[in-house]
Amino acid sequence: MSEIIRMSRRDFLKTGAVLSGGLVLGCYLPFGNSAGAADPATTFAPNAFIRIGSDDTVTLIINKSEMGQGVYTSLPMLIAEELACDWKKIRIEAAPVDPVYNHTVFGLQVTGGSTSVRTEWERLSKAGAAAREMLIAAAARQWKVDPASCRAENGFVVHAGKKLSYGQLAAKAAKLPVPQEVRLKDPARYAIVGKPRHRLDSPAKIDGTALFGIDVQLPGLLTAVVARPPVFGGKVTSFTADKAKKVPGVVDVVQVPSGVAVIATGFWPAKKGRELLDIVWDDGPEGGLATPALRQQYVSLAQSPGLVARKEGEPAQAMQKAAKQLTAEFEAPFLAHAPMEPLNCCVDLKSDRCDIWTGTQFQTVDRNSAAEVAGLKPEQVHLHTTFLGGGFGRRANPASDFVREAVHVAKAAGKPVKVIWTRDDDMKGGFYRPFWYDRISASLDDTGNLTAWQHTIVGQSIATGTPFESAMVKNGIDDASVEGAAEIPYAIPNIQVDLHTPKLLVPVLWWRSVGHSHTAFVVESFMDEAAHAAGKDPFAFRRALLAKHPRHKGVLELAAAKAGWGKPLPAGRGRGIAVHESFGSFIAQVAEVSADRKGTVKVHRVICAIDCGRTVNPDTIRAQMESGIIFGLSAALHGAITFKNGKVEQDNFDGYPVVRMNESPAIEVHIMPSKEPPGGVGEPGVPPIAPAVANALFAATGVRLRTLPFNPKALLDGMGKG
Amino acid sequence: MIALNVNGKAYQVDVEPDVPLLWVIREQLKLTGTKFGCGEGLCGACTVHVNGEPARSCITPVGDVAGKKIVTIEGIPAGHAVKKAWLAEEVSQCGYCQPGQVMSAVALLKKHPKPTDGDIDSAMSGNICRCGTYPRIRTAIHRAAGAKKKGGKP
Repeated sequence: MSEIIRMSRRDFLKTGAVLSGGLVLGCYLPFGNSAGAADPATTFAPNAFIRIGSDDTVTLIINKSEMGQGVYTSLPMLIAEELACDWKKIRIEAAPVDPVYNHTVFGLQVTGGSTSVRTEWERLSKAGAAAREMLIAAAARQWKVDPASCRAENGFVVHAGKKLSYGQLAAKAAKLPVPQEVRLKDPARYAIVGKPRHRLDSPAKIDGTALFGIDVQLPGLLTAVVARPPVFGGKVTSFTADKAKKVPGVVDVVQVPSGVAVIATGFWPAKKGRELLDIVWDDGPEGGLATPALRQQYVSLAQSPGLVARKEGEPAQAMQKAAKQLTAEFEAPFLAHAPMEPLNCCVDLKSDRCDIWTGTQFQTVDRNSAAEVAGLKPEQVHLHTTFLGGGFGRRANPASDFVREAVHVAKAAGKPVKVIWTRDDDMKGGFYRPFWYDRISASLDDTGNLTAWQHTIVGQSIATGTPFESAMVKNGIDDASVEGAAEIPYAIPNIQVDLHTPKLLVPVLWWRSVGHSHTAFVVESFMDEAAHAAGKDPFAFRRALLAKHPRHKGVLELAAAKAGWGKPLPAGRGRGIAVHESFGSFIAQVAEVSADRKGTVKVHRVICAIDCGRTVNPDTIRAQMESGIIFGLSAALHGAITFKNGKVEQDNFDGYPVVRMNESPAIEVHIMPSKEPPGGVGEPGVPPIAPAVANALFAATGVRLRTLPFNPKALLDGMGKG
Repeated sequence: MIALNVNGKAYQVDVEPDVPLLWVIREQLKLTGTKFGCGEGLCGACTVHVNGEPARSCITPVGDVAGKKIVTIEGIPAGHAVKKAWLAEEVSQCGYCQPGQVMSAVALLKKHPKPTDGDIDSAMSGNICRCGTYPRIRTAIHRAAGAKKKGGKP
């Protein structure tokens, strides 16, 4: 698989190879082959993304998964801007698996890395423009006029008082050649892109009709739940299913590679049956895994340098010469993604065809994995992408765990079956954000300037051992482990960032904002410590070090200004600031916090400034910032997956709390006007919030918390109130 | 056979009385707007109304609600003020928790037509949203109440 990944995610982010050209011709499919049942006699389908019916319906085939980030609206906006269609006539279809829908950079069908708008902007604009030109050409031919005298407007081609709708022109336009070159609109004349627009998927999401994977219904569909090993790397030694099989509704109990599946007529009997299974497990080598011991192992690794990810100057020598030196250690736990829709996958397997319905971010990989399990060719597997009840990276899994397992169960069942994970299964099922431990030192000269920075990171690699290893791991360093740390923008003459990559059987995965989710916490917390050690204001200290990074500096200044940085706050409250670049966007956040007598942290208000370049839907950008801040806040205040005797200790939202309404801060988002290439917005809102809150807590209490999630007892102890 | 009244329609379902209402609504009645989130009454995705009160259908045995008036998201009229406010404030992201959020908000507004931020906190904190739509939910509830209050609490 790795040979089809043309460029690693990080290379892509580095080079900003966003609007690579020449893709429109590559995306044309043979007529009517785009996505199903369009009648070629009356339908105009100039490319894989657009179908216009004689009834004026404009069907847009979207190759990105809608998991909340708004791609079913932002990508249509890009097409509609050029196509000049009637927005109300737009229908969305999820793309089938086909190379034509591959990510323009990663080379497979995937939604991730906050790349959808960045990578599809040019391709979809051209797709819309080509269709528009063909509709205009069809009308001009019918009227026997110069196409240049016609224009496209809200679903019609118009000329001197005459007009024809796109539906009326569809059949004729379909017979015309696809233009080789298309002229795109001048962004200054955009009517749709860059202006707030209501989401196309909202109505279905509040009346219960939006179809998620878990909602799929088929005639004769069975439901299965699977008992999986309680320890990662464990296996079934033996099992008896006599009691389970007696539960009314249980149809069968079968062993699959991932455990023991109870197949029933519905979820409840399947779950009841599972509770009655007697399974003897072999825990394997991780049977003794415990978080405190793991922490000790990581702590000792952090005391010596690892593989060097970045080195400039001679940090060790500079440290020795410095007037002041400071060192601190930081910790961030394993985290579950915990999307609201627990994992599930529905499979209808026949001898020569397999249909799969699931909410996935990873269509090509899942389709190919399913084919392997089913013993079919990839093209015999038809994967139908539903809405995703949250993804956050969990549904982009190189191992295709929930898809492979469901195909195994379907094979055994011999009937269509939907595997549903309970919340406990989902939370204990692995593929976590890695556990991280960081040691970091810095030195200051006698005027308070940073002279050296040395950062050692300890944590598992996500890509190692997957088909993505060759593209993402270079010289032993997984890009995702050091992103946000290796390329810090601050002007420091001597820098070293290095990495230890311990191996564990705990499966880890990309978690919304990936490496940035911990590196921003460490770097921006420690930058604050350095500012205080230098006796300088944390905002002014950063600002001075960012003189050569105008976009960082711009959002930093905007956030500080909007937050009233430096102005007095009510007693007990503190303000903290953090700035971080990720996924092509620059974000600064200011948090206002206080802590009560129990050490409970209250985040009152968050001011967020973002520079994400050119925008498509500003309201979506605001929504994604709010979303990222609250997602990051859940991790900062509550989230931790821990192990005892090899087993995950958390199983539901009581043991793994997330921010709720009563803890949700007021959030203000300010978007920096920009003509820069577009940046991502799905993930970049997450990284700055934990350090902004940690820095605000220090301002409010004088206590520096360096372990996530923030521990109320540690805060009280620090305040001398423990 | 258990007699159920869901969204004003009468149903007879052939299930054990201990089966949670959630699975009967989803699997027998095929009303899939009500969602499975946690199975323990911790997240609110499965919220329905039983005799006008919000209830977590994932921990409500179907036998306990026989004959009672059950309303699911499918039973909330299209023009309802809460749905209109949800659209106006563009609340939904992934959307999975939103039916439960809407059901909790409808029940809240029945009890408190002009809810304070404190009322919203107590009525809505049982409903988790992993996409973090809380600030917009708060604004939408105020909007539905006619207050059109902007932003969250200070």
